[in-house]
Amino acid sequence: MLCPLPLIRLLPNLPPNLTALEDMFVFTSKMKLLAGSLTLVGLVFLLIGFNTDYSSHSAEGHGDAVAHAEDHGAAAHGEAASGAAPTEEAHAEEAHAEEAVVMDAVDEEAEAHESMEHADADHAAVTHEADAHAADAHEGHGATHDLSANRPWAAFLVNSIFFLGIGIGTLFFLAIQYAAQVGWSAGLIRVFEAVAMFVSIPLLGILFLAVTGGMHMHHLWHWMAEGIMDPASANYDPIIAGKEAYLNVPFFTVRTLAYLVIWAGTAYLLRRNSLREDAMPKGQNMFFTQRKLAATFIVLYAVTSSTSAWDWVMSIDTHWFSTLFGWYTFAGMFVTAMTVLNLLVMYLRLNNHLPWINANHQHDLGKFMFAFSVFWTYLWFSQYMLIWYSNIPEEVTYYLPRFKGEYKPLFVMMVAMNFIFPILVLMSRDAKRIFGFIGLAAVFVLAGHWMDHYIMIMPGAVGYDYGFGFAELGGILFYAGLFLWVTLSQLAKAPLKLQNHPMLTESEHFHQ
Amino acid sequence: MAHTTEPTPVVRALYHDDDVLISAVKEIRAAGYQISEVYTPFPVHGLDKAMGLKETRIAMAAFMYGLLGLTVAVTLTWYMMINDWPQNIGGKPNYNWGMNMPAFVPILFELTVFFAAHLMVWTYLVINGLYPGADAQNPDPRTTDDYFMVELPAADGLVDVLKKSGAVEIAEA
Repeated sequence: MLCPLPLIRLLPNLPPNLTALEDMFVFTSKMKLLAGSLTLVGLVFLLIGFNTDYSSHSAEGHGDAVAHAEDHGAAAHGEAASGAAPTEEAHAEEAHAEEAVVMDAVDEEAEAHESMEHADADHAAVTHEADAHAADAHEGHGATHDLSANRPWAAFLVNSIFFLGIGIGTLFFLAIQYAAQVGWSAGLIRVFEAVAMFVSIPLLGILFLAVTGGMHMHHLWHWMAEGIMDPASANYDPIIAGKEAYLNVPFFTVRTLAYLVIWAGTAYLLRRNSLREDAMPKGQNMFFTQRKLAATFIVLYAVTSSTSAWDWVMSIDTHWFSTLFGWYTFAGMFVTAMTVLNLLVMYLRLNNHLPWINANHQHDLGKFMFAFSVFWTYLWFSQYMLIWYSNIPEEVTYYLPRFKGEYKPLFVMMVAMNFIFPILVLMSRDAKRIFGFIGLAAVFVLAGHWMDHYIMIMPGAVGYDYGFGFAELGGILFYAGLFLWVTLSQLAKAPLKLQNHPMLTESEHFHQ
Repeated sequence: MAHTTEPTPVVRALYHDDDVLISAVKEIRAAGYQISEVYTPFPVHGLDKAMGLKETRIAMAAFMYGLLGLTVAVTLTWYMMINDWPQNIGGKPNYNWGMNMPAFVPILFELTVFFAAHLMVWTYLVINGLYPGADAQNPDPRTTDDYFMVELPAADGLVDVLKKSGAVEIAEA
């Protein structure tokens, strides 16, 4: 059967004495059928999703709503100062009288604030912002720049980022195991490798989105809109134009390519060296090669984890910025990866594929899932509280659709699922050792982080034209099928126990 | 942990390695002898299981202390900032506690951790008889440096078992 990635075909083949071991994991035809059919059904759903017309909602004025909401937060004064687009305002408010009431309260706050602080220089900028957003609202009526047209693309980005988290989080975790010379996890490294090899697939998905965005097939990233950097254009936005040195299509595409090369390349090299090590005589040569590689990757990832989050997710809300955003995204991705690893190790243990792994190892993986759920909440709240407290229009725009608008129920539910649920289910020591508890928490945490990514992307990309349809479900099935295919075929490729890893004995004797 | 204040004679065996200690503890218990205490210079992972100690309930206590801290913090912030003397700080709503809650989260968090950590430490010290002013229970000062000691009531054939288990020194007292 065709391998999903040419890189994977380049991996060295193990000598037959190793691949004939009795405890080899087998990628059964049943699982192949499951993975293949998930991918195919997902692909069909995606095609349906991409060929659906989502614009029907905008006839009711939905399309403008978010631009409208953001206007209000961004510059309550802007409308009055510039007198921009009064008809559109009236139209949107008519359709969303209910929201307007909510936003009015915010306006008052913003007004009070602005009259104190935004008297001079800042005020000019804020007014401009309002102009630009008003221009968006204009476009909302046109057929070409309807935000609802972004819907399938945005759904695909949500799924790409979510599944990327599984791959890149695991790759980072694998790199830590080598860089810190971790002992307890040596018996699990093959599982980490198999999941880390998946990283290239969502990266290719995002590259696809970046290229199609550059070709103006969609305007998921608002700064890619035509004429937005051009002072002569009606669409000109001086704030976004000020970011042109970083946010331009060629540099963006190059960065996306660079992440693909660095991340997928590291995953491939770590895997290749590990397979080579199996066929080598006992020794530590490969271990230290791996360690250098892992340490290099961690340094590069320290930078690229943040920049990739700015590029792919934060630049959707182009005006808005948060210095914490990279860590926040990383924390969500890492906890997703830990959750998937917990489920996968649980599955392998239940099927007796990992007899050298016991409840102590599972407990430690569970601790990571628990601790990073809390860490994610910490970062989420750190970002939220500072913005809530300072209440500066240019920052608070981000939370208006999410916390005052229609997204609020999703937002609150997501926080509960990602924080309160894991903390209550996983806090006790025994819970991290019992499959039922881990599995229960894992399902909620995965769903919660999918929703987190959804709420990060959707308000900026499609406004209130959100939903859960073929495009969203198709992306999940498509990636889930590919994930199963890559991971299980990689698990089946080599013995699940490393042959020459120096920490293996320590891992087998691990207890707490 | 059990105190060995009863006058019955005890045997003390010294070990020089934590891995040897754990396997020795398992051997001694397998041979049918009851270990009363083990002294180590640092925490040895897996020793509690090898000794067959019952699971600690300190985690449940810590959870309760955390809840207590959370309750104290909610009461404190509500009384001070909402009920007794509401102030307009940065234009934040102070009509009721819930509206101003995000501003209180750092306090809620800190007091939860403070109560859980401090009360857990004190509970641990008191239950183990390590409160300030308590007499040191240390038959051999070398166990604070690089030796591990197993203490158990004297019995027939015990010394042979201890020797076989890798003890470097055996004393009867």
